[in-house]
Amino acid sequence: MSVHVVGTVAMPTRRSVLQATGMVATAMAVPAIAQTAQPRMPRLVTVGGAITEVVYALGAESQLVGTDTTSLYPAAALKTPKVGYMRQLSAEGLLSLRPDVVIGTTEAGPPVVMDQVRSAGVKVELIVADHTWAEVQRKVQVVGRAAAREAQARDLQARLDQEWAQVQQTVATAKGRKPRVLFILSHSASPQVSGTNTAADAVIRFAGGINCMTGFEGYRPMTAESMASAAPDCILSSNQSIEAHGGVEKFWTRPELLLTPAFKRRALVTMDALLLIGMGPRLPAAVRSVHTQFQSFA
Amino acid sequence: MSAAPGRPSQARTSALKGRGSLTKRWSARAVLSAGGLLLACAFAWGSARGAFAIAPPELLRVLWDLLHGDTQASTAHQVFASIRLPRLLLGIAAGGGLGLAGALMQGLFRNPLADPGLIGVSSGAALAAGITIVVGLWWFPSMPRALGSWTLVLMAFGGSLTVTLLIYMLAQSGGTTQMGLMLLAGVAVNALASAGLGFLSFMATDEQLRNIQFWLLGSLGGARWSSVALVGTIVLAAGAVGLALARPLNALALGEAQARLLGVDVERVKRSAVVVTAVAVGAVTAATGIIGFIGLIAPHWVRLVAGPDHRIVLPASALLGAALVLAADVVARTIFSPAELPLGVLTAFIGVPMFLLMLRHLRER
Repeated sequence: MSVHVVGTVAMPTRRSVLQATGMVATAMAVPAIAQTAQPRMPRLVTVGGAITEVVYALGAESQLVGTDTTSLYPAAALKTPKVGYMRQLSAEGLLSLRPDVVIGTTEAGPPVVMDQVRSAGVKVELIVADHTWAEVQRKVQVVGRAAAREAQARDLQARLDQEWAQVQQTVATAKGRKPRVLFILSHSASPQVSGTNTAADAVIRFAGGINCMTGFEGYRPMTAESMASAAPDCILSSNQSIEAHGGVEKFWTRPELLLTPAFKRRALVTMDALLLIGMGPRLPAAVRSVHTQFQSFA
Repeated sequence: MSAAPGRPSQARTSALKGRGSLTKRWSARAVLSAGGLLLACAFAWGSARGAFAIAPPELLRVLWDLLHGDTQASTAHQVFASIRLPRLLLGIAAGGGLGLAGALMQGLFRNPLADPGLIGVSSGAALAAGITIVVGLWWFPSMPRALGSWTLVLMAFGGSLTVTLLIYMLAQSGGTTQMGLMLLAGVAVNALASAGLGFLSFMATDEQLRNIQFWLLGSLGGARWSSVALVGTIVLAAGAVGLALARPLNALALGEAQARLLGVDVERVKRSAVVVTAVAVGAVTAATGIIGFIGLIAPHWVRLVAGPDHRIVLPASALLGAALVLAADVVARTIFSPAELPLGVLTAFIGVPMFLLMLRHLRER
């Protein structure tokens, strides 16, 4: 905590960003509501792991007053107050953190709660998730604007765009056959696999693979027989899912995998779930890594 | 409702008139005052507690301003007037409706373990909500934005009424409603509805699945003034009709044949009780999702202190139900603040141990 401005109603939890001009500004401003008294960086609540990552990438973490339960990276984000699961937020809970802006994807909700938050005078920014590079760009832009760090956002975006262009170049010039890939979200009785129109489907394409499940949208449970007929060269999954299944050894003992080409070479690519399908600022790195591993299985 | 000439509980009648009863049970006035006091305490607690800290002096100022129609722009005013207060009132309507409906069902089935869910109100609402969440997208492409708004509420309400009507019709035999048949039909149709929900979960995307799941757990989080007005009106109207069933239900407690001899139109009582329950619980469930066990516990608790007279059990169950829902909701919205625990989880945590105690209690009798 730093010095408080004389004459304002001190808010004990507020990180006062006191500048030399702040003293002069207080002479003009009505101190009843401290928010407007002087230039103060907006307080942010982020709903969605990738958006939280962007906040940290912009160095705006001091403005972060709350995140949702999907915000797992970087580790510091785990220590922020948690507003719950992104689709089941609480209006009073959000407002109790006294944010200036709540940033989420269009998955954040329920809509009634977002309306209540909006009507209490808090700005709500919802970013459309369409599983494209533009989605990552939008996240950087929106967070930059909301956090009043537009210059940093432009720099970050330029850096990410360049990184992305390089990765795409690498993937485009890769030689050899494109591997047929199956993304497994989780295992219960039968594996939940990704069809089209998901982040996983996009990542497979970005990394130069072919999603071998194209008959449906979203994630669906799949039978052993259709797994065999899909004939994946390679399985893509998240570390969390493989761990939940008891490790890589256990994973390959699943009977439905025996019938796939991937089984013969034990072709499995795994990565942290948020890194792999979070559509955040680490997407270029994730795609590069997945692409390299695909190449070895092609 | 036709007045029952026979009064099965003369002792309580005098208690109702304010003269002291000689039984060890509480007098009607004492029970209803205790219920009212509990509700007032729960309301005060609910007003003062919340994720957004509003200190008592500030709260009093907010209340003062609200009473004078002075809507200020301070965040505390906004939070209280547009989030917390409608939520409390919806909680009262929900708990009152569930408590009253529970007492009606237990009176109708002459079984203290009966529950509004028995006649398909909850499963019908859940099935219709599930259909709206999963299939609604094909009808209205703008569905994700409209979720939680009127489409879902109206569909759920319609679903609960439809399924209840179906069960009621299945229980018709030779011009009368067979309660045993109604119970079995209820179990069967509930199983069918949960199979339907299972199929919908299979069809659902990850997001839709989450929505169905949270809907099944119940929450007062979607409370708005419009939903309070709608649900409140419906519950009040249903409650007025329900309270008038007290005397006939007392007669029915002696058995259907006995009640008929006492001049009670038994079929009409059954029909009214079913309709009141379906309408009240249907409206509540449509607005909040499934809040379990309130309808089961509240009447039972009331009977433990007040005895079986429906003239006391019905209103007192409504009061106690409302107090229980308000209290559970305070815990639900503060325990993991700023996140929120689904209310249905809490009522089940309280409700299941209570249910087990009730089972033991009944066996010992």
